[in-house]
Amino acid sequence: MGMMPYVSPEQLMKDRAEFAQKGISRGRSVVALSYRDGMLFVAANPSTSLHKVSEIYDHVAFAAVGRYNEFEQLRVAGIRMADVKGYQYARADVTGRSLANAYASFLGAGFTEGSKPFEVELLVAEVNGAGVELYHVRYDGFIIDEDRHVAIGGSAEAINNQLAEHHDPDADLDAALRTARDALAANEDRELGASQLEVAGLDRTRGRRTFFRLPSERVSAALEG
Amino acid sequence: MSRDLSLHQALPEPFDLAGPSFSRLLERHLPDALPEALARGGEAIPHVEGTTVIAVAYDDGVIVAGDRRATAGNVISKRDMRKVFEADSTSAIAISGAAGPAMELAKIFATELEHYEKVENGPLSLEGKANKLGQMVRANLPMALQGLVVVPLFAGYDMLADTGRIYEFDVAGGRYEEQRFAAQGSGGRDARGSLKARYRPDLGRDAVVDMCLEALWDAADEDAATGGPDVVRGIYPLVSMIDAEGYRELPEDELRERMDRVVSARQQ
Repeated sequence: MGMMPYVSPEQLMKDRAEFAQKGISRGRSVVALSYRDGMLFVAANPSTSLHKVSEIYDHVAFAAVGRYNEFEQLRVAGIRMADVKGYQYARADVTGRSLANAYASFLGAGFTEGSKPFEVELLVAEVNGAGVELYHVRYDGFIIDEDRHVAIGGSAEAINNQLAEHHDPDADLDAALRTARDALAANEDRELGASQLEVAGLDRTRGRRTFFRLPSERVSAALEG
Repeated sequence: MSRDLSLHQALPEPFDLAGPSFSRLLERHLPDALPEALARGGEAIPHVEGTTVIAVAYDDGVIVAGDRRATAGNVISKRDMRKVFEADSTSAIAISGAAGPAMELAKIFATELEHYEKVENGPLSLEGKANKLGQMVRANLPMALQGLVVVPLFAGYDMLADTGRIYEFDVAGGRYEEQRFAAQGSGGRDARGSLKARYRPDLGRDAVVDMCLEALWDAADEDAATGGPDVVRGIYPLVSMIDAEGYRELPEDELRERMDRVVSARQQ
């Protein structure tokens, strides 16, 4: 049996982080920002059927960047967990926080113990009463409680700077959508029309299931407004 | 013992034949959370029964209605029980039989439909929903043999065919589509007779709602376990309609008015 060369734990973690970051930064970004009625997600995504944003439960949504096959598995696992929990206890007991924690420990274990780290970054949002919660879970399991807006994916840092400047939490849906599109477009080297955007979110005025998806025609109308 | 599902257990396997089914997920990982697990030997357990539910198809969709009484033997155990539930935005499940397992069935079934819709990014076909419900009723057979019989009615708007549809079930999971109307529960026979006498294929929504109230009245008139309108407490039958716009329940004011008219017409 051949001897494995010695690699220090620091170096191992650094190599793994670099590997994951490289995978994630190749993909396009997703922006999440709060608006008057809840939380809005805007993703640079030309596909109309392979989504980056998804409904998890009544008040909880999920968004991801990176490898589709990996985050799709995590999305379905999240829906399963939420539905089982809501069925066993009560619908109000399903929270974004507990789901974000589950993702964090799962990705953390995969990062340190798995044969390769996950190349994904996730957002979990929840709307409640008057507020919003937004959790950002990194490929290494690091979890950040974001303050009302965040971008993940390729040009996240530049988009975040722009969001910090322009985000208005009291804006209506159309205005919030334009802010998100402008932040994404300024940092992607291409035009972002309605057909290149996936727009979805949580609207607390919608009744039990707050998740919505905006059809392309509705997105174009908002962007022109 | 009931446990929580960990994220690790919840990860989907490739080509998993259970697919996006919530009830199969419970069966596999948390079998104790399912009602079937209660049925092991012994005699019929005393329990609460829910009674008469009906569904009628008309041009724009279907109307589903139920009385509000639950009984345990001779005792009226509940006067405002809900027997008609929104299964999803385009269908309803109405339950009769043992109240506990029946309400549990309605809850699992609604979760099943929502779960499928979220995982697959779109709803099941109406026929797919009816078939799934048939399998769930069949799974209840061991409990039915102990006297805990649950028989639902399922009705909804078929978006593919642009029409309302009604499905009846038997204890063994048999699934039967009804073209015009269906009734289940202890007063179901009387309600069906009433519907049969009044039904015409050209009736509009208002006439069908009145016909449903008449049928529930007739059922309550003959069957002690079916509740009539409770004027003193202000409890009226629950009526929901499903058409191309989706599922909604009729407001209580409208029901009270219509019920009053039905009652006064009978006094004359």
